[in-house]
Amino acid sequence: MSGKESPVPLLKDGKRHDGRGPMDLRPIEMKIGILHNADGSAWLKIGKTEVVAAVYGPREPPMKGMVLPDRAVIRCRYHMAPFSTEERKNPAPSRREIELSKVIREALEATILTHLFPRTVIDVFVEVIQADGGTRTAAITAASLALADAGIPMRGLVAGVAVGKVQGKLVLDIDELEDMYGEADMPVAGIPTLNKIVLLQLNGVIEPHEFPQALKMAWEGIKKIHALQKKVLATKYGGEQ
Amino acid sequence: MSITPFNIPIIPKLKRETILSLAKRGTRIDKRRLDQYRPIKLTLGVAGKAHGSALAEIGNTKVMAGVKVEVGRPFKDLPEMGVLNVNVELLPLASSEFEPGPPDENAIELARVIDRALREPGVVDLSDLVLIPGEKVLVVWLDIYVLDHDGNLFDAAMLAAMGALLNTKVPGYEVREDGSVEVTGPPRPLPVTKRVVSVTIGILGNVFLVDPSLEEEVVSDGKLVFAFDEGGKLVGLQKSGPAWLDLDRAGPAFNLAYSKYKELLDVLEKSIAENSPK
Repeated sequence: MSGKESPVPLLKDGKRHDGRGPMDLRPIEMKIGILHNADGSAWLKIGKTEVVAAVYGPREPPMKGMVLPDRAVIRCRYHMAPFSTEERKNPAPSRREIELSKVIREALEATILTHLFPRTVIDVFVEVIQADGGTRTAAITAASLALADAGIPMRGLVAGVAVGKVQGKLVLDIDELEDMYGEADMPVAGIPTLNKIVLLQLNGVIEPHEFPQALKMAWEGIKKIHALQKKVLATKYGGEQ
Repeated sequence: MSITPFNIPIIPKLKRETILSLAKRGTRIDKRRLDQYRPIKLTLGVAGKAHGSALAEIGNTKVMAGVKVEVGRPFKDLPEMGVLNVNVELLPLASSEFEPGPPDENAIELARVIDRALREPGVVDLSDLVLIPGEKVLVVWLDIYVLDHDGNLFDAAMLAAMGALLNTKVPGYEVREDGSVEVTGPPRPLPVTKRVVSVTIGILGNVFLVDPSLEEEVVSDGKLVFAFDEGGKLVGLQKSGPAWLDLDRAGPAFNLAYSKYKELLDVLEKSIAENSPK
């Protein structure tokens, strides 16, 4: 979307620059309970994008007054490590990180049963260790795993993935190169067990008829990622896989 | 860090019930239809010292936008492009909820959604704002000033932004042989190649409300902002607020927004026509 030509063709003979087909996700790895101190934690790698999420709480509010009488307050921080990008990123929160922290918090508020913990605070911290596209959706997927690992009741697990448009074609799970030189990036996160969308954004330009199509593709990806989330949780906690 | 708003007044559940039950009968607390905008007004050229300005009003909501054009440096990776900066101020005079200080997450989100909807479709032709490639370009500062908050700031801000850009006259900069830049020629219009408008839909349970007023926003779960260019392409989208949306309701929400964008486009076109020299 920078208006510049991509150094490599983004689509050639139906294959993407990294050899994937339009509907292929990048390889995904997930781990939970990777941090000692946090009440719940998760690590997620999708392609070269890597994030760590930690959850603290429900706990006492850090300052008096930061409470709601009928539910828990959620604090959420999406943050990129200074070494996560090609050029060093200033560790001070950027406007982008402030916006993403907000949309991620709002996505998680839809699933956490906050009314069960009035007058408490639940903290969700996500650090991007390596950024190669799709960091916000990776952050949400990892945050929801960390919340589950912390035993915080949710309406359902949240998984996220971005659909992009490259050389006029919709493709699933775009990486940084496809984001940078493609025509559109539409991150979606949802609760697949309830068919609810909790995050929806579009950066770029798509045709009206492409919107439902892009959403459908994202949902296919979300269901696949959700299956992996369940698997990693079942490996640690048992239960149906 | 983003924190659940905790200093908001506890909204009487009754009001939500009232708005919901009215919506089920197809009407609203201010007697509008569910898909009806409040009266919209756009006035261009409201700030004399700005290079371009506009005031957008949707019902009682008032948002002003002002443009200043300056000479500055291009981004390192885009040496042959001018620069567009979008900033939003939620002024403390606009609402009892707004506090003085640097932009908070709501102001930043609003600015970034507008920024993307302008940048991605290339509303301003930034390649036409270069003085010396890699050295000196024109920097367009678009400052959006929220003056009175009665809901639907996104659409009002988008309209004000578009109006201000279309109203902008760029000083006639010329590059001298020694590389200095001076204003010598007559001003020219800012190269604006497209028109973009946004349509906001309030999500209240299973009900969609176009152009939510503040009292509707306060009881809503969230909203969806759709931005369209004049050809009807989708150039921006943001779910804002803790709402969730049924997967099979995303299509109807899109269709609803799509059915409304031309109304806002008409307002924009009309105010430009009224303002252009006859």
